[in-house]
Amino acid sequence: MMLKLLPKTNIDFLKYRKVYYTLFALVLIGGVICFFTKGFNMGIDFTGGTMVQVKFDAPVEMSVIREALSATGAESELQSFGDHSFAISEKSTSSEVGVVQARIEKALDTLNVPYTVLMTNSVGPAVGENMTERALWSILLSLVFIIIYVAFRFSNILWGVSGVIALFHDLFVMLLAFSLTQREIDLVVVAAFLTVAGFSINDTIVIFDRMRENIHLHPKMKFGELINLSINETLSRTIITTLTVIFAVVILYAFGGEVINSFAFAMLVGCISGVYSTIALTTPLVYTWTHGELNDGSQAAYNKTAVKQTAAVKREEAAAEGYAPKKAVTKIKRTRRNRK
Amino acid sequence: MSNKLAVKWGLIIAILLGSLYLIYPNYKWYSKPLAEREKLDTLGERPKRMLNLGLDLRGGSSLLLELDVSKLSAKEPLNEAMARAVEIIRNRIDQYGLAETQITRQGDKWIMVQLPGVSNPQRAEELIGKTAMLEFRIVKNDTTAAQKALEKIENTEKPFDDNGILIPEIAKLVPEGYQIMRNKDGGYSVVTAEASVTGADLENARVVMMGENGYPEVSFSFNAEGSRKFGQLTGANIGKQLAIVLDNTVQSAPVVQSRITKDGRISGTFTPEEARSLSIVLKAGALPAPVKVIEKKTIGPTLGEDSIKSGLSASFYALVVILLFMLIYYKAAGFIADCALLLNFLFTVAIMSYFSATLTLPGIAGMILSLAMAIDANVLIIERMREEKLLGKPVYEIINLGYDKAWSAIFDSNITTIIVGACLLQFGTGPVKGFAVTLIIGLTVSLFTAVFVTRAIYELILTSNTKEISL
Repeated sequence: MMLKLLPKTNIDFLKYRKVYYTLFALVLIGGVICFFTKGFNMGIDFTGGTMVQVKFDAPVEMSVIREALSATGAESELQSFGDHSFAISEKSTSSEVGVVQARIEKALDTLNVPYTVLMTNSVGPAVGENMTERALWSILLSLVFIIIYVAFRFSNILWGVSGVIALFHDLFVMLLAFSLTQREIDLVVVAAFLTVAGFSINDTIVIFDRMRENIHLHPKMKFGELINLSINETLSRTIITTLTVIFAVVILYAFGGEVINSFAFAMLVGCISGVYSTIALTTPLVYTWTHGELNDGSQAAYNKTAVKQTAAVKREEAAAEGYAPKKAVTKIKRTRRNRK
Repeated sequence: MSNKLAVKWGLIIAILLGSLYLIYPNYKWYSKPLAEREKLDTLGERPKRMLNLGLDLRGGSSLLLELDVSKLSAKEPLNEAMARAVEIIRNRIDQYGLAETQITRQGDKWIMVQLPGVSNPQRAEELIGKTAMLEFRIVKNDTTAAQKALEKIENTEKPFDDNGILIPEIAKLVPEGYQIMRNKDGGYSVVTAEASVTGADLENARVVMMGENGYPEVSFSFNAEGSRKFGQLTGANIGKQLAIVLDNTVQSAPVVQSRITKDGRISGTFTPEEARSLSIVLKAGALPAPVKVIEKKTIGPTLGEDSIKSGLSASFYALVVILLFMLIYYKAAGFIADCALLLNFLFTVAIMSYFSATLTLPGIAGMILSLAMAIDANVLIIERMREEKLLGKPVYEIINLGYDKAWSAIFDSNITTIIVGACLLQFGTGPVKGFAVTLIIGLTVSLFTAVFVTRAIYELILTSNTKEISL
């Protein structure tokens, strides 16, 4: 007996595409408003600055520490995380590494409570700038390579672009979540953003792969029907895989300690957004952009937007002839000739 | 069993044994008590091919240094100067007696120094921070022009600007061919602008604990070229003061009594520690230009312990939940997928050990994510098999079609994620790089374990004439 989370489904996912597009627009608008009003809490990896984490041997009131710190005249942020432990951070543009740390330690010494320094991190402004630059480059480059790869494998730039728009959506949603919660964005979080990008495109590719196969199997099926069929057929896999990832991420989020916590949070938001965007953005966009061909068979619709005359397309076509019934093949050929 | 299948299994078993062989040194090493490991570490008897723990997992410090390229000699190309700087810093740190330090160039003009186990890097910073430019110059304080310049500089509050350059009002008073330098014990000296003998000609340097005036001193000896030059310099200047200049500060200026060739001494008011550092940096050579610390991270040993505990236990639970879920949902097929997953983990650790890679917390996260991708590959295959099974096909056909049809999706999705990983590797630093490395290794391994190995298991089961496999 097969254990099944889902019965065989037949949902018309494309029907609600106007709703998805509206939601997407709202996310974009909301995002832009949020970014300009709340902004991001960028970690000192990017801004430059100093962070000192200390643990006192005895309980100390936060207000007392704050007073001692403000007596030094600098604007330090104080954060408590239980067990008499505190993180003191200061974003600064001073090029002198170590000065701020010495000042913070001097202020803490005035409290006369013994403490141990758990961790320090001083980043010069030049390093911060370099990190920001590197992070942006790696995101941009990943996106470009993904478009190229998808375009190459599916002989269709349109599909690649739709996939990347969904990626933008996911990045936007994650940035929005970090802006709203004012969680700190550090290097590890950027790694999470990129992992989500990988997962999201993974979902997209599984559905594209099924569409590619179904086009060969049912070249005369209407394109919209074919997309719905492909999403429904892969839905069970999508849900199982997403669930396993979410299991893992939730456990990391809850028990992984603070270093992993933000990473897991980004992954959690991103994975959910990634599944949604594949179904609700990527495929509807492909559908909308090939709209003119809807009354043709799916093969014709696909050909319309495919990169023509490339070796890859010819291979696809040869494969299609192998799969498809004889009649259908002649029909496609005729359509193509007519277009010429 | 067919020949082809026998070859497949031979390959799998060979790789498995190879992995266990690579992993064994890790097990042996980390099961030793910490004190013994530290002892072996300093003796340099740590196994070479082994998984290293990153600073975030074991505590330690890292310093990012920037070479002041504006002060480089025009004759030396940047790449050469950087390579030399890395080498010199490595020499200095090595003589300080620290195990497993990593010194690597990063970007154009940055050098990353990682010091595991060192939670207060102040001493290391002092060792690294010295340019250790040793020069010998003749002092000429007694001319009227020199006296005028010295008088002026003594009465100026800030004779040097922020970049360490003498302000013009004083500079114009200094006689042609000479320059003014600060004395270590206060005051200034007028010395020759050209230094004919430098530390580059040194052969050795060591500490003399009881020097002439009761303070430790550093004695040094020249190589052949240095001896010749030093002999010339001292022979021509008997009766004059010879300034021993270190990093643009006059350490001492003894009067030359006779011609000296091979040996010399630097005296001053050194503490024993200072004298030791000085002898180390003199022996290791001068940096091509001054360096500045632009990033400093320290992680105390207790924090490292806490983070490894919570990170590892969370990862372990995540793995167990995934394994159980697959087992319950897909039964026999889930069990096979679980086997592949464990092999994936084993192979990844083995490959990382072989390359002596460093495992960091983000690295563990990368591993977990590559395992999740491996699970996805198996879910794709099993879901395909289920579709074929519902069509009532015989078991061998179910398996073959399942793999054939799932392959393109698995391949494409793994490659795209590897592309993302490669971009991270190219542009990321430190933690992000650690993440990318484990992700890429894990994904590559998963193409083997999740597809090749599981299929070999099914084929093995089929040889016993199995009619049905629970999915």
